[in-house]
Amino acid sequence: MPQFDFDIILKTLPYLLRDGMSFTLTLTALAALGGLVLGTLLALMRLSTVPGLATFATAYVNLMRSLPLVLVIFWFYFLVPYIGQVILRTERPVEVGAFASALITFTMFEAAYFSEIMRAGIQSIPKGQLSAGYALGLTYRQVMGYIVVPQALRNMLPVILTQTIVLFQDTSLVYVISITDFLGAASKVAQRDGRLIEMYLFAALVYFLISFMASLLVKRLQARTAIIR
Amino acid sequence: MPTTQPAMIELAAVSKWYTPQFQVLKDCTTSVSKGEVVVVCGPSGSGKSTLIKCVNALEPFQAGTIRVDGVNLSDPGTNLPKLRSRIGMVFQHFELFPHLRITENLCLAQEKVLGRSRDEAMTKGMALLERVGLKDHALKYPGQLSGGQQQRVAIARALAMDPIAMLFDEPTSALDPEMITEVLDVMVELAREGMTMMVVTHEMGFARKVAHRVIFMDHGEIIEDRAKDEFFSSPRSDRAQLFLSKILSH
Repeated sequence: MPQFDFDIILKTLPYLLRDGMSFTLTLTALAALGGLVLGTLLALMRLSTVPGLATFATAYVNLMRSLPLVLVIFWFYFLVPYIGQVILRTERPVEVGAFASALITFTMFEAAYFSEIMRAGIQSIPKGQLSAGYALGLTYRQVMGYIVVPQALRNMLPVILTQTIVLFQDTSLVYVISITDFLGAASKVAQRDGRLIEMYLFAALVYFLISFMASLLVKRLQARTAIIR
Repeated sequence: MPTTQPAMIELAAVSKWYTPQFQVLKDCTTSVSKGEVVVVCGPSGSGKSTLIKCVNALEPFQAGTIRVDGVNLSDPGTNLPKLRSRIGMVFQHFELFPHLRITENLCLAQEKVLGRSRDEAMTKGMALLERVGLKDHALKYPGQLSGGQQQRVAIARALAMDPIAMLFDEPTSALDPEMITEVLDVMVELAREGMTMMVVTHEMGFARKVAHRVIFMDHGEIIEDRAKDEFFSSPRSDRAQLFLSKILSH
């Protein structure tokens, strides 16, 4: 019978939460928000009749959805400094930092998924709603901004939150660029003290509890936010 | 009948094709003078809804011209949003914005299009809501109102923009019979106040009561365009006679 030591969890809990979980939650929240804004813009571009916009947005979404996330994280980490160098015309590659790099990556990657969700949401708004907006003298931008997108957001909120839960789990992939998120912190302790089983078991439990409870909340929310028609 | 007034809405040889083979509007020519109430009727699929949607450019058309208050819709320099803000439109399915309260439905375009302040827009909106008898429902959402109530709010929303003319696209077709009257009452009152109105409807009672002219359409063509009394007493075309006999037989 192997000897387990679960006290290690209690002892390192402050570190796990302060350094690890706070990073994981910050990255999840910021990337979800950024991804939603960028994704909504991409969805509008994809539905726009302006030549080029739709093609660009479609290409972007297809590209992002066809690459493994780990690869995208890697590439951004190594490429963004050089892209910055070209744009800002500096002599050396721009130092971006691991957090900024991870945030940019997740925002851009999630934007592809959120844009598909928002596109479905926007297309589900009856055409009569747009006609009513135009008939009142609203411009295309106003019709989208005040009538279509708010309704699409509401209708799609459960799907958006579910996708955010997936994002919460995916942020653990930042270990490939040596960032310490929750899983990374647990992993460090595990390696240092030779408590692999205990720490990874604990990490799994925490991810499960947070994700599971979040999806229960989404279900409850779904019933409450539905627009009365 | 105010025929001496200048034409508020002028349609000249308006044609529209969905595909090269399928023409929905054929050379439609008519006009609505200031203060005139014109009812457009005809069997379903005759193009009446399409025609009225062309008047505020919600539907594109390929040939002919439409002028509203002298402004040519097809002129590339025409500011369509601005022009549309001056014409009220009421839809078959109400099209209130379901995520906004009644007050917000009434204020949105007043503020964003006409640049009115919230107070100004609210005062105007509440006055109109009272006029259509729904002041107590101001803070509700559209889904909490009946169809008839929603349609009255939709009329108030259009009137809040101080329109020079009102377009009605089958405003009572989606309503339960007992709600039709409450909507028609509002429209009759509006007509008697001298509002310029173009109304697509099957409500011949409404037409008899307040219309000045009746336009009868079939297969995308304007078959008859005549003073109300002439239309009802002696329709010239067979198709109009047939339509009237069917619709008035009960």
